[in-house]
Amino acid sequence: MASLSVSPAAVPPEALPAPREGVSSWPLIDRVCYWLCWVTGIGLCVIAVAIVAFMFVKGIAYLRPELFVKSPAASLRQTQSGGFLDPIIGTFIVTAIGTAVAAPVGIALGVWLSEYRSPRWLARVVGSSIEILAGVPSIVLALFGLLIVSKGFLSFLSQGSPQGSLGESFLCAGLFMALLAMPLIVAATYEALEQVPNRVREASFALGKTRATTIWRVLLPSIRPSMAGGVVLGMGRIIGDTAIVTVLLGLTIKNEPVGSTPLLGTLRGTGSTLTSYVYYNSPAGEGNSHEKAYAAAFVLLMVVLLLNALVTRITRGREPGRRPRWYGLTGLVGRLGWTR
Amino acid sequence: MPPPIRRIVVDREPTVADPAATTNGGGASAAVAHARSRRPAPTPTAIKERMLLESVWLAYGSNWVVRDVSISVRQGEVLALIGASGSGKTTLLRSLNRLTEVTEGAARSGRITLDGTDIHALEVNELRRRVTMVFQQPNPFPMSIFDNVAYALVERTGRRRRRRTPEIDEAVADALRRAGLYEEVAGDLDRSALALSGGQQQRLCIARALAARPEVLLLDEPCSALDPISTATIEELIVQLRETIAIVIVTHNLQQAFRVADEVAFMHLGELVEYGGSEQVFDRPRQQRTRDYIRGAFG
Repeated sequence: MASLSVSPAAVPPEALPAPREGVSSWPLIDRVCYWLCWVTGIGLCVIAVAIVAFMFVKGIAYLRPELFVKSPAASLRQTQSGGFLDPIIGTFIVTAIGTAVAAPVGIALGVWLSEYRSPRWLARVVGSSIEILAGVPSIVLALFGLLIVSKGFLSFLSQGSPQGSLGESFLCAGLFMALLAMPLIVAATYEALEQVPNRVREASFALGKTRATTIWRVLLPSIRPSMAGGVVLGMGRIIGDTAIVTVLLGLTIKNEPVGSTPLLGTLRGTGSTLTSYVYYNSPAGEGNSHEKAYAAAFVLLMVVLLLNALVTRITRGREPGRRPRWYGLTGLVGRLGWTR
Repeated sequence: MPPPIRRIVVDREPTVADPAATTNGGGASAAVAHARSRRPAPTPTAIKERMLLESVWLAYGSNWVVRDVSISVRQGEVLALIGASGSGKTTLLRSLNRLTEVTEGAARSGRITLDGTDIHALEVNELRRRVTMVFQQPNPFPMSIFDNVAYALVERTGRRRRRRTPEIDEAVADALRRAGLYEEVAGDLDRSALALSGGQQQRLCIARALAARPEVLLLDEPCSALDPISTATIEELIVQLRETIAIVIVTHNLQQAFRVADEVAFMHLGELVEYGGSEQVFDRPRQQRTRDYIRGAFG
């Protein structure tokens, strides 16, 4: 009874434990991990900034306007070995072929996986296959590709020879680049569709619209930013890839058309891209002209950074409030471990 | 320039009772019931049976959620499905345009007809064009107001659907007018539908459902996410639409059922407990379970 007669006001306020403040009051293990987080975070930023800054300084120093308009030439003298017009065109062609193949197929697969998914077992198999494909190193993909496109009946993709097909051309490289980009596009489409609430689909069905109409006119327009983001990410992967170019594009210094047909000849012919040009001119390659390697690497880095900025811009939406973006790219980042 | 303000009549003058009806007891009771609700009595000549449910059973997996329900849906009257959560109202409603089939594991027995034809004999998309539905949550598509309504138009499914013809403009405006939304949005039909308020979005969904020119309109708790003023607007709309379209409304809100419905079906745990005219179910329920449920709501 005596204890009950003490009013709460009589309890000294000092008796309450002071709220913990600051990292210094944390347990040792928490403090260590906390600082580790900071160190790794800052470390990564420093590395990223260092790469960009280094390439910027080196690249600007060696970049000349004429590099963009001159074709490369096999010469040991820097002044006569030309520029990287052909590699730029090569990168453009390979990216165009890869995207043109990967985007429709990837979007269609994403839609099928999310909206139709039947038969069930096939959807599971396809889903796992795409995940495996996303993890396959591009050099493995390239070697596997060479095995296929060097078959004689595929000689229309490149040059034919008595033993079979050469298997090295823009078409061959572009097709297997498409395989590289496709998992990103499938994942972007699939994840975005999964985020569309079911009530949107039901609303469309309840108006007497078929599933196909619903997909074509409601679902795909609403996830357009995510799809575009996936496509641009895929383009980034194609532009940055070297292995497939090395194996399936022939690594000629200039783009060498086959036959006299203007466009088809180039597509069936061998060539190079910016990545292979950088390799060629690096100390490891035959060209061994580090100035041009720096200049080309700078251009390459700028293109990739530009594409990344484009992804951010597309997925964030253009006019906030006016045409709101519904479904984001959130799932994609975690799913494929893509970090930017 | 601000958009013109739509006048909302929340409390309409009570309907004056027919003097002839007051002479007998039953008529007086009906007149009192109507005086309490906002809706005028339905015109008996306009009543026409559209859909008929004969001993309908519905299941999800091995779980029966609707057991042996037989009711009819008539044009000129509003049918309200009332009952506690999990009583199978929404499932029953969704079975009317075969939207239950979207859910996996859903099964059905019994017979549902639309104008005498079994709904399973109809092509499912044609059925859903004739029997459209508005959902509990407003669910406009992420496109402009115009496109939302135009999407539902049957004429727009053709090859030249992207073209905006005067007929399409007129059909969209007409649907928006019927849903009582036109005056509020007429200034900018290209605005995103998601920028509208909740009540406006729901009326847009009703406009969309009306644009398909349905014969039956299903409303699944259309006002549960809305404020009282939006609710009043939509209830008024339901009573107006009654003459041209058969309407079925699922509602948790007994006051709302009382205000808009001419026929009421009370469901409990999948069974149809009581089914009859609004006055009869609310004033003189035959079943003890109905009495308990209504007393719980009306006090």
